Amino acid sequence: MSEHYTSDEMMTIAAARMLRNGAVCFVGIGLPSAAANVARLTHAPDVVLIYESGPIAAKPSVLPLSIGDGELSETAETVVSIPEMFAYWLQGGRIDFGFLGAAQIDRFANINTTVIGDYRKPKTRLPGAGGAPEIAACSKQVLITLRQNKRAFVQKLDFVTSGGYFDGGDARKRMGLAGKGPIGVITDLGILTPDTETKELTLTSLHPDVTVEKAIDATGWPLKVSPRLATTAAPTEVELSVLRDLNQRTAHEHGG
Amino acid sequence: MALEGFTHLIPFAAGHEIIRQKRRNLSVIRMTPDLIYDQLIGAGCVSKLQFSWGGNPGVGSLHRMRDAVENGWPGSLEIVEHSHAGMAAAYAAGASNLPFGMLRGYVGSDLPNYNPQIKFIDCPFTGEHLAAIPAIRPDVTIVHAQKADHRGNVLMWGVVGVQKEAVLAAKRAIVTVEEIVTSLNAPPNAVVLPSWVVTAVCEVKGGAFPSYAQGYYSRNNAFYKTWDAIARERDVFQDWIERYVFGVKDFAEFRRAVEAAASV
Repeated sequence: MSEHYTSDEMMTIAAARMLRNGAVCFVGIGLPSAAANVARLTHAPDVVLIYESGPIAAKPSVLPLSIGDGELSETAETVVSIPEMFAYWLQGGRIDFGFLGAAQIDRFANINTTVIGDYRKPKTRLPGAGGAPEIAACSKQVLITLRQNKRAFVQKLDFVTSGGYFDGGDARKRMGLAGKGPIGVITDLGILTPDTETKELTLTSLHPDVTVEKAIDATGWPLKVSPRLATTAAPTEVELSVLRDLNQRTAHEHGG
Repeated sequence: MALEGFTHLIPFAAGHEIIRQKRRNLSVIRMTPDLIYDQLIGAGCVSKLQFSWGGNPGVGSLHRMRDAVENGWPGSLEIVEHSHAGMAAAYAAGASNLPFGMLRGYVGSDLPNYNPQIKFIDCPFTGEHLAAIPAIRPDVTIVHAQKADHRGNVLMWGVVGVQKEAVLAAKRAIVTVEEIVTSLNAPPNAVVLPSWVVTAVCEVKGGAFPSYAQGYYSRNNAFYKTWDAIARERDVFQDWIERYVFGVKDFAEFRRAVEAAASV
């Protein structure tokens, strides 16, 4: 961690940079929503942000607390119903990037947001699937962002809520999912991308001041490290001020 | 029974009345259980829940729902779990008088292993493998909307979620509204529920609080955050229900009491 910015700020900004200007992005709540809006307010002013509650091309001035805050529908170009959103827009193949968070992830970028422990006798009951299984399946490409630690980066998921590359290789293709699958996992330590053949997540970029050992220690499987490991560019002053202003406006708006 | 409203227009006033009437053994359906079903579950009204995302949006867990699933308190809770796309397809099938909803969904997910309602069929034309789930046909759907006219036609706008499908799929539909007006002045493509698909309309100003009604009041995000601490402990929750649901004379008093407590 740098004295100039936090590891969470680095994560959000690194995730924001993955969205290209003009892309159509189906946005999950929380970290993905923060990153997508930083992208929109910096390098990608024409990114189209779609929230599963119905808003298309939302331009919120504060981050929504829920997936359906009024701020989203009031700033959107249009608002559609839930059945239309999932059938026409997501399943219809209109989404370039699905942007998801997760509670647990495995080495093939499958994610769990359902339960820790046994499904019928859960240790921790998590919120569940929401839109994620079909976002992961039908978006042309998927980005995932979550903090990297051994509780989250596990050898085996307790429950597969949404599919990444299943058991690797061409498994995803064989199962007939429409989209290509996850292209990047952005964490507070670095960026992992799937190997072109095996589809195993490989550490391809480390954030500044993070060591490889730290990333390996935070991963519940033997983490593959790219021989061409890059260092993520530190946040610029503009990126940091946009993110901090956004967070400040949001905190003020939501109160409590 | 389905109480719908996706983050927006959640029929809280109707939910509180169900708690006050001490209804038991309800089989309830809702894409996002939200605080309203957390309250119904904690108050002991519910024995079965069909849902697709059960969290407190942007805050964390629904602790009463979790306590019921993890520990069977205040009673055991059977869950039937879907994804949003699956629930949406099932409601649309219900409204369309079809036996099942169909989607490209659930492939590779563990959900079909635990929910026998999720099956796969082969397309008779292309042979593609598609997910099928039974239509949702509630005995009663309750939704909240912005306006109704004196004849009982209902108008809603903003995030309209799955309410139209949930109403048309139901045997009976009850709508609470912010206000009853002389004329809806609805533009031609607005979401209007004609009076003849609605069983009853009740005017309840603020009836979606602490969720929101676009054009009337915004989501009380601070209360959604406060709910985390209220719902976390059984006794704190029970005191809250006594004070704020059983201890008020109407929904307007509930809202005033919650807002007064927040400003202390």
